Amino acid sequence: MADLIATPAVTGLPLAIGRVTLTAFDPGPVTAIAPYPGRDLSAVLRFPAPGEVIEEGARRLIWAGREMAFLTGGPAPDLTGLAAVTDQSDGWVWVTLAGRDATAVLARLCPLDLRASAFPLGTSAKSVLQHLSVLLVRTAEDAFQIAAYRSMAGTLVHDLSAAMQAVAARAAL
Amino acid sequence: MSQSHRIPGKGLLIDRARPVRFTFDGRAHEGFAGDTLASALLANGTRLMGRSFKYHRPRGVMTAGSEEPSALMQIHEGAQQTPNVRATVQEIYEGLEARSQNHLGPLSFDLLAVNDWMAPFLSAGFYYKTFMWPRAFWEKLYEPAIRRAAGLGSLSGRHDEAVYEKAFAHCDLLVIGAGPAGLMAALVAARAGADVILADEEVRMGGRLLADGAEVDGQAGPDWAASVVAELASLPNVRLMTRTTVTGAYDDGTFGALERVSLHRAPGDAPRECFWRIVARRAILAAGALERPIAHPDNDRPGVMLASGLTGQMTRFGVNPGRVVIFSNNDSGLATARSLTAQGIEIAAYVDPRPIPVTEDFPVYAGAEVVGTRGRLGLRDVAVRHKGGISMIEARTLALAGGWNPTLHLTCHLNTRPQWDEKIAAFVPKPGAVPGLEVAGAARGRFSTAACLADGAQVAGEVLADLGLRAPDVPVPGAEDRPYGIAPLWAVDAGGRAWLDFANDVTTKDVKLAAQEGFRSVEHMKRYTTQGMAPDQGKTSNVAALAVLADATGQEIPVTGTTTYRPPFIPVSIAAMGAGGRAEGFAPRRLLTSDARSRAMGAPMIEAGLWSRPSYFPRDGETDWRTACDREVRQVREAVGVADVSTLGKIDVQGADAARFLDFVYTNTMSTLAPGKVRYGLMLREDGFVLDDGTCARLGPEHFLVTTTTAAAGLVMRHMDFVHQAFCGGWDVRMASVTESWAQFCIAGPKAGAVLAALGITADLPFMGCAPVTLGGVAGRLFRISFSGEQGYEIAVPTRYGAALFDRLVEAAHALDGCAYGMEALNVLRVEKGFITHAEIHGRVTADDVGLGKMVSGKKDCIGKAASQRPGLTEAGREQLVGLMPVNQGEVLSAGAHLYNERDPAVREHNQGYVTSVAPSPTLGCWLGLGFLKDGRARHGQVIRLDDGLRGRKVLVEVCDPVFFDPEGGRMRG
Repeated sequence: MADLIATPAVTGLPLAIGRVTLTAFDPGPVTAIAPYPGRDLSAVLRFPAPGEVIEEGARRLIWAGREMAFLTGGPAPDLTGLAAVTDQSDGWVWVTLAGRDATAVLARLCPLDLRASAFPLGTSAKSVLQHLSVLLVRTAEDAFQIAAYRSMAGTLVHDLSAAMQAVAARAAL
Repeated sequence: MSQSHRIPGKGLLIDRARPVRFTFDGRAHEGFAGDTLASALLANGTRLMGRSFKYHRPRGVMTAGSEEPSALMQIHEGAQQTPNVRATVQEIYEGLEARSQNHLGPLSFDLLAVNDWMAPFLSAGFYYKTFMWPRAFWEKLYEPAIRRAAGLGSLSGRHDEAVYEKAFAHCDLLVIGAGPAGLMAALVAARAGADVILADEEVRMGGRLLADGAEVDGQAGPDWAASVVAELASLPNVRLMTRTTVTGAYDDGTFGALERVSLHRAPGDAPRECFWRIVARRAILAAGALERPIAHPDNDRPGVMLASGLTGQMTRFGVNPGRVVIFSNNDSGLATARSLTAQGIEIAAYVDPRPIPVTEDFPVYAGAEVVGTRGRLGLRDVAVRHKGGISMIEARTLALAGGWNPTLHLTCHLNTRPQWDEKIAAFVPKPGAVPGLEVAGAARGRFSTAACLADGAQVAGEVLADLGLRAPDVPVPGAEDRPYGIAPLWAVDAGGRAWLDFANDVTTKDVKLAAQEGFRSVEHMKRYTTQGMAPDQGKTSNVAALAVLADATGQEIPVTGTTTYRPPFIPVSIAAMGAGGRAEGFAPRRLLTSDARSRAMGAPMIEAGLWSRPSYFPRDGETDWRTACDREVRQVREAVGVADVSTLGKIDVQGADAARFLDFVYTNTMSTLAPGKVRYGLMLREDGFVLDDGTCARLGPEHFLVTTTTAAAGLVMRHMDFVHQAFCGGWDVRMASVTESWAQFCIAGPKAGAVLAALGITADLPFMGCAPVTLGGVAGRLFRISFSGEQGYEIAVPTRYGAALFDRLVEAAHALDGCAYGMEALNVLRVEKGFITHAEIHGRVTADDVGLGKMVSGKKDCIGKAASQRPGLTEAGREQLVGLMPVNQGEVLSAGAHLYNERDPAVREHNQGYVTSVAPSPTLGCWLGLGFLKDGRARHGQVIRLDDGLRGRKVLVEVCDPVFFDPEGGRMRG
């Protein structure tokens, strides 16, 4: 049988509206790591504290919820007996929201305190985006990576683009 | 008469170089950019703007702000129609179409004004007393007729498709109101480096500084305000929000606010309004104070205004009030009279009940009262009763100055009552009423400009200390510091009707009547008279009404108390609060990887657990669901069918204690399951009822995959997380949802193996086995399970390959005389097999009720086991799952119907059970039903009656085992 062809998680991107762009982001393989109680993973990797994003070369460890981190930019390490490891590469759709009004757009949909003092560069948070449960990573002062469940990619893009349009139209008043 | 009532050179907010055309009741008008509807109409000499709620009295403008009770209008924007818009708030734009409300015939000759002549009969409680019989007439005749006659604007009945927005903001300090106190507070906090949000409901910040002609530090008030605003705007830590009204105070420093984003422009792409949720570590309420009228006979005529409304309209928009009579009981009214005189406005009379010295540049009537007005559609004369008798004084405007009520509403939103302050005859906020919210300036009864400035700075300093910031040294500028003398006068006793609540047409008589009829508590009076229940929530009327009540009941005002102020402070459109949630925005849409292909095949989609799922796949000539469904069922039973089952919840469970954990959440034992095997499992809630069912596959010694039903996927994940955290926190077990990681397809039918073979998979898997497979270069998983009763497989691949795999499966099935099948066929197949879904496990059934009592293992404990053994859940007479077949094969069954013994009437006492699922079975040639019947398992073979009162259907059915087809299960095992 011929090889199966992969379908992208999201279509209709990139979008540029006003002073914000929305682009698809491919994090490569994503591995969820959930350490068992009391285990020390430091021989293999440094496990992030809540909200922490650890970058080591190409490898990134993103705090992704209670006792869970997402590893991107590298293969899943052997953590037998130390942590539960699940492949999350296909479970999520990732987009990047960037530009001068990125924070303003996000503030239309997400209740998080997005001020740099509360959500600085290089941190992550689990939150909601309108109705969607999302993982947010701040990658620059005015750029965020957003991961949502893959089946809801259409709603994610719809809600973000509607907010982008509203913010742009307000600026043009 | 174009803008004939404008004072040359006046009007801070209007741009005389930019005329703006709009219509009012279809007639073209012209105003200037910056005008409100109210100011533009006043400038054109129009005082009559609407009809009152109950008596259809002519009404005009009372105020210059959001507290306006009278000038309510309807704005028409295409299909959109917004009623009860305050003309004092709505800014005009080119092409704006406004209409007056609540009249039959032209505004100037309202036929329903007959209600006013009948006023003696229409007092409070009239409807309740009069329309008592015949009882049936109330709903059909009286209420519709009354509703037509009373009320304000109307909706279009169409969807509001304009853009609305919701947003969140966070700050260290939220300052509410940008008058002298608010500006000062914001300035101090901003210079200290705090993140400040300054919100004000007006277009320009400055509050009363824009209207009173007060000087600050030798500068004109508006200039000083502008210089502070300019500094604030230049600071990166300050956000200025104009046209934004803070509407409510909620828990934990959260405030609601409504911003009029583009309501001052013709509809376009920009949001009309934005509903903000502002989370502030601290907040300062500097919302100022609202002036109150004095109730005297006929005080509701167009041309009767509040003194603050008059000065607001004049200084902001240059409206010429004509000859003015001022009726005041306090020094601020007197100051207004002096200020107007200085600006060249003719004060025909200053009327004050206090014995003040008569040494002014205008006629003063001391120890006098206004006892009436004349003028059919607008004020012509004011009747003043003084020592020498009653004089009729000609005037175009009567300005009422009954004193000031601090705007303390937000401090009451968490249920604290304000305190009465005798000195200013007003309620003041109780300190600490809302945690984190301080009050400054006139909002806490400090009325002079100097006091407001000083209070704003001082309160900001205290708040900064609380936030751990050092207050900078900001000198408080000098300003007028007049004392505020007031002699309370709530109502003039001179016969006739004296209005308290202009919006809901409540007079002093109504309040007295309420007291007389026993509604002596302020809350009862409010509901009996409807005082304070109109769109303005009684902002100008509450205090006067309760003062009149206090008088009528012989109590003091503090004893009488006040009603509860609740959010929102101003009307908030539902469209703004629900922004983004209209139509499909109500919930996220979840799309399957097979979605595009299913739609291309013509499948109608239905929603299940937010997922869009194909209902059936019609072929040429199949015009209804039934034909397609029958065919799909037959093809599955005779050949093969494929269906997307990715919607089922999938939870990956790992760890040394994973098996032990699953034994605890499932009723049956999972620890004995061998790797490479799958077992059907049942979970109970803590209360012993069934939570969910599904399969559990052991992928490795310490690795399980739990599947849940589609609708309960989130519920089961939450349940397992709870059990883990609450009871087994230290165990070596971790869970992760992998629902979205895998696309999973069911292949069912005698030719299922052949489909797998076409995909290059050798299917030598035993029933209830699972194994990793590779197909098309992709690592997947194969399970041999069946929800159809046929030989069945489920094959899972990473989601990105789902669309491609579905295509292959459909092609392979078609080549074998098979098909893709949808939810309808899936349901028929499972009903034929008696498999349950959440139609059966609906939350009120036990494992035994659904015939799975044996699945609750006696050898171990599990969640819900103890509770499931409570007497009520185990006693005889419970309704048990049964199958139902029509005695007459052709008859249709319906879900939701109830079951009765054949000759019993269809009443509650005789109810024997109910039907949960039905399906037209092409396999058995009749409709089949699943349902719950009292002691049902012992009643197989009995004939009972299915009674569907909703559809008028009565069918005799035979009770049978719920497994209608292949009870031995040879087909799915073979």
